[in-house]
Amino acid sequence: MPEGLPPAAIYLFGALVVPFLEGRARQVFALCVPLAGFANYFLISEGVHWTFQLLDFELVLGRADRWSLIFLNIFTVLSFIGILYVVRDNRPLDLSAGLLYAGSAMGVVMAGDLITLFLFWEMLTLGAVMCILARKTPEAGRAAYRYFLVHVLGGVVLLAGLLIHLAGGGGVAFDKIELAGPGAWLMFLGFGINCAWPVVGAWLTDTYPEASIGGVVFMATYTTKTAVYVLARCFPGEAELIWIGVAMATIPIFFAVIENDLRRVLAYSLINQVGFMVVGVGLGNPLSLNGTAAHAYCHILYKALLFMSIGSVLYRTGKSKATELGGLYRCMPWTCVFCCIGAASISAFPFFSGFVSKSMIMSSAAAGGYTVVWLALLFASAGVFHHAGIKIPFFAFFSHDSGIRCKEAPVNQLLAMGITAFLCIFVGTFPNAFLYGMLPNVEASYQPYTVGHVTDQYALLLFSALAFTLLMRAGLYPAEVRSANLDTDWLYRRGGPAFYGAMDRGLNTANAVAHRLFVGRFIGWLAHLARSLPARLAVLVMTPFWKASGIVGDALDARKEAFYEEVRLGAIPIGATAAFAVVLLGVLFVF
Amino acid sequence: MKTDTDKPEESPGWFDRPENVRKVLVGLFAGCALLVLVDLVFWMTGFDKHPYLRWEKWPGFYAVYGFVACVLLVLVSKHVLRPLVMRGEDYYESEREGGDDDA
Repeated sequence: MPEGLPPAAIYLFGALVVPFLEGRARQVFALCVPLAGFANYFLISEGVHWTFQLLDFELVLGRADRWSLIFLNIFTVLSFIGILYVVRDNRPLDLSAGLLYAGSAMGVVMAGDLITLFLFWEMLTLGAVMCILARKTPEAGRAAYRYFLVHVLGGVVLLAGLLIHLAGGGGVAFDKIELAGPGAWLMFLGFGINCAWPVVGAWLTDTYPEASIGGVVFMATYTTKTAVYVLARCFPGEAELIWIGVAMATIPIFFAVIENDLRRVLAYSLINQVGFMVVGVGLGNPLSLNGTAAHAYCHILYKALLFMSIGSVLYRTGKSKATELGGLYRCMPWTCVFCCIGAASISAFPFFSGFVSKSMIMSSAAAGGYTVVWLALLFASAGVFHHAGIKIPFFAFFSHDSGIRCKEAPVNQLLAMGITAFLCIFVGTFPNAFLYGMLPNVEASYQPYTVGHVTDQYALLLFSALAFTLLMRAGLYPAEVRSANLDTDWLYRRGGPAFYGAMDRGLNTANAVAHRLFVGRFIGWLAHLARSLPARLAVLVMTPFWKASGIVGDALDARKEAFYEEVRLGAIPIGATAAFAVVLLGVLFVF
Repeated sequence: MKTDTDKPEESPGWFDRPENVRKVLVGLFAGCALLVLVDLVFWMTGFDKHPYLRWEKWPGFYAVYGFVACVLLVLVSKHVLRPLVMRGEDYYESEREGGDDDA
């Protein structure tokens, strides 16, 4: 087969087979799936592959171009790293979830039409929910439930937008869509929910820290980056995205500074970094879009590395909170080194991966005259070094000695981190080796290593470190406190139950009132009426006859009462009933 | 690679020695001073750093911006955001006690 197979098919097959295998066979098989995926990647040539006819629509499972292939490349690399990271415990849920998740994400980036996109988009949610459930704690169960509800909502919004778009004659083409009309806006918002935009993105920092240590590596890679990919494909150059991206890059870093759970700090910095990519999409010029693709590539590597290093700490110590950790460089030196490499990469130190990708977006903003955007991103760059680059390694591995003396991370985890760390440095030092060659827009060239850029970046970062040091020594740095910090997830975590309670009280009270009025009173009255009305009518009809036959006074009243009772109880003599029947038939006959 | 834990005769870690911490700090201060110096030299010699914006030409712009940004970030987080959003660690759990959660 010259064109290979749809990557999603390989991974979904793997995800289905894993639970049926046992022991070493399962581990070997799970590791072979990403390897097969990698081999398959090299078989896929640019072009449109694997098309199917469904009703009137042509579904395209493989649109291979420079955009989709760079994402497929990094998704494949990361799938191997993620599986290697979790393979030791050999739990089918971990392995299956990772493969399903990876396959779905590859399905999205390879999709050539909106229907295929939507199908794989929904499968992503399934993979993520499994990754959270794999933690196997009650909190994880609840987090998975919240994740599922939010993403079902996002999926419904996207589906509504898609249907309106199709009904309006928009067609199923998965290409640039003009942001006009309700269909396009709903799709825009549906993508944005997965992209963790402000207000609608709190699910990320809410649920990622509850996921399993391996699951979160997949989660940090696939959901938000597929969202960036579809935004870059459908809505490049939409000015709204610039400001959404700026908000994403800046607001979460304030939360990260006061957050105690280090995995949640990483989740905040994830949104911060995706913010840069969204700005790149919003700027929409060849260089900024290249920057988005490159930054997604680099970000996936260093964010996975950071989540893996803190995951290994959690694996060995059972803790991930700054208040409970510290001084682990003694017993987990390799993990510490890998964490520092991830920290240097996310902070965009020269010769680490973030440096060669983030700067494309910033240069593009500056060149385009977006001064405020550029200043905000520079602030976010200093801030990310401050809260992720320094805070994460410092509170986990240095700071005060927590007294914890644990083992170093297992070999498979060290290997996964080592490969990722190597790639972070390699890509950062030699961006032209393969990263720049894969970028979507070949016409936009970029040179990150100029003397001015390197010294300026060092100045920004070292003075951020200086600020951290001085604030720390002056006792001005906010102490780590065990706490929960409110975010917009409050809307559904507290607001949701409150809404439920309000509905419960409001609607059920209305229901009770209605029950009392209708069932308790009205029905009884109606039943009473049904029994007494014919009797009353009969008495009314008969009274003239009795009067005519000379019954008056008390005798008339007694007769009325007796007759009323007879009719009400249905105890009318047969003769009278027959007479009524004859009258009725006569009436019917006449009319 | 470390093999075992809980060794009672553990020697203090490298960072436990104050003189080592001081070395790191001196290195940081020296690095900062050197970068400002280099930037000044660039400015005086008119070295072209390929700037896009005029501030980038000011000597020490990145240093000052990085420092001020981080101080602002920390102070705003601590004195504005934390009082607004910080709740007890079991804020969301406490709601559940008498609630309807099935977990």
